[in-house]
Amino acid sequence: MTAVASTAPAPTASSGDALLSVEGLVKEFPIRAGLLGREVAAVHAVSGVSFEVQRGKTLGLVGESGCGKSTTGRVVMRLLDATAGTVRFDGIDVHGATPRQLRTLRRRMQIVFQDPYASLNPRMTIQGIISEPLRIHGAYDDGGADRVKELMELVGLKPEHVNRFPHEFSGGQRQRIGIARAIALNPSLLVLDEPVSALDVSIQAGVVNLLEDIQDALGLAYLFIAHDLSVVRHTADQVGVMYLGKIVEMGTTDELYEQPAHPYTQALLSAVPIPDPRKQRERVRIVLEGDPPNPVNPPSGCRFRTRCWHKAALDAAGTDTSACTELDPDLVPRDIGHPVACHFATVRSVV
Amino acid sequence: MTAVPHDQSVPAVLEMEEIDPDSGLSGPILQVRDLRVQFPIEDTMVTAVDGVTFDVDANETLGIVGESGSGKSVTSMAILGLLPTTAQVNGSILFRGRELIGLKEKELQPLRGRRIAMVFQDALAALNPVHRVGAQIAESIKVHAHDISKTDLRARVVELLDVVGIPDPAARADQFPHEFSGGMRQRAMIAMSIANEPDLLIADEPTTALDVTIQAQVLEVLERIQDRTSSSIMLITHDLGVVAGVADRVLVMYAGRVCEVADVESVFYEPRHPYTQGLLGSLPRLDARSDDRLARIVGQPPSLIALPAGCAFHPRCPHALVPGRCSQEQPQLRLLGDGQQAACHRAEEIEAKPLEAAE
Repeated sequence: MTAVASTAPAPTASSGDALLSVEGLVKEFPIRAGLLGREVAAVHAVSGVSFEVQRGKTLGLVGESGCGKSTTGRVVMRLLDATAGTVRFDGIDVHGATPRQLRTLRRRMQIVFQDPYASLNPRMTIQGIISEPLRIHGAYDDGGADRVKELMELVGLKPEHVNRFPHEFSGGQRQRIGIARAIALNPSLLVLDEPVSALDVSIQAGVVNLLEDIQDALGLAYLFIAHDLSVVRHTADQVGVMYLGKIVEMGTTDELYEQPAHPYTQALLSAVPIPDPRKQRERVRIVLEGDPPNPVNPPSGCRFRTRCWHKAALDAAGTDTSACTELDPDLVPRDIGHPVACHFATVRSVV
Repeated sequence: MTAVPHDQSVPAVLEMEEIDPDSGLSGPILQVRDLRVQFPIEDTMVTAVDGVTFDVDANETLGIVGESGSGKSVTSMAILGLLPTTAQVNGSILFRGRELIGLKEKELQPLRGRRIAMVFQDALAALNPVHRVGAQIAESIKVHAHDISKTDLRARVVELLDVVGIPDPAARADQFPHEFSGGMRQRAMIAMSIANEPDLLIADEPTTALDVTIQAQVLEVLERIQDRTSSSIMLITHDLGVVAGVADRVLVMYAGRVCEVADVESVFYEPRHPYTQGLLGSLPRLDARSDDRLARIVGQPPSLIALPAGCAFHPRCPHALVPGRCSQEQPQLRLLGDGQQAACHRAEEIEAKPLEAAE
């Protein structure tokens, strides 16, 4: 290994094997109005999210637009400040860290963005882009140029293209450049924010494979944020499903895909088309009514209740569902075996 | 289900004189033959669509699949005559027996939105932000039915919004596009495109910008409409899952050419073209746990400016004979039996071979 690798801080002891533990994370964006710019309301983007990412493992965070999954990723990285809650990375409180601690933390947790066209500076060469984190952290002078070539090989790019500019590369190649930049400082955690959504199908598979190879080779932990449930099934060890700022269900990948117990997870999974005509035509699609509510004013009790097909069925059968309106369901195992935030959680296979 | 006669539901619509309404009722309503579209770029002509041939039968859903730059959208724009005037379009597009290529704007106008309609991907861009949604739908009806009364028009608009599943359609008709969510805008667009009960609906990535639960709603609307109006749908998408669910037949495009056409089951269960096989192999599956690597297709799609000689797919093909036929001779679309067609020199040899991971 190069000298750069050896400068990475040694992992400190922490509870269990969790590299990242997030507890009760809240992020609200104020809405200001009037002459004085007083806060009149807030967008409840993330409302009390807790999860752990184990060393060398992948936690998938799935959900639809506006559910707060990307905001969660950004708050974890402290690219945004949290309104409440704690983020611990290897035992260190990310949001309470001193600037000095934060600097050390930053090299150990990195992010890969969705859009490989917007996340690379068009005026910088690949050399400049990949070496930038090394320079910022003072690790470039010590064999940095070789490190850049090594990284390019690692992500499947030709080192001789080091002096080219981003526009000379295709989308898939650019995403590889973004990955090379993210792993330049040998981080322990990568936040992957929709890393393959912008790519064509045939290119996507190559980047997914690359991410798996890098994880195996470097022992990285991933927080994999995506809306594509098929990709997440392929890559994640654990999956959390988000709806309107809350995690509604959490489990191992097999538990979640084979025994989903939250009505939203079930609807979400049933809506993903499977590329198998006979199977796809036999599946029962749970079609949700309407659109997700406005996060400025989320519903009381369970946030999914306004679109919940299961509640509607229970109501029709005369069951008392007042708990859905009055009580915010906790994310606890109930009788299911994995945590589900639903008062009436029932396993139903939909894939 | 029988077809709803057009002139009952939309009164006083001008009938297209030159199109025989009986022709092609049993056969294909659209016949595209050897379509070639070229664009001038700098000093040369770039061929975006090359030798594309296919039919759309009455009341069928044809899925057109391909990646960015495969020519699937250009093909649909050519059918509607929506390409820029600098584009050179050759070949033949017969709609109910009538040639569309070379028609003047004025001659195309009565067809567009009336007999052939289009649903675009980006509903926010396709809707006019300063007009009420209802007024925009009304406009698409009025264009083809000049003397429709105000009351009838209003009733029809509300009915259309209701058909596409927009709650409280009467109130929604008076709102502006920004007051609609993404899924509702797309449904409003669909309402607009089916306003005149077209024979052919071209949907270009209609659900790509939408979340899966909203996509499910929109796909349901498209299915319902087809049952109701027995129109044909050309569904252009890159999502093989969507195609598996709704298409009757599938056309796979690569680098401006058709590489495979067949009924949906043949394409998914017995793909004969290595590109189709590669695409299917590269998909992560929702319905299967996999610790295996995805079988990716090596390399990149070619640039249309510098297409490889011979078969455009040969540099990425695990079965290509190079040097040999694959790198020298362009394969033509051939019938392989059972209506399945593929443009591959080695289709017969490959058939017996399961797809190998191309790495």
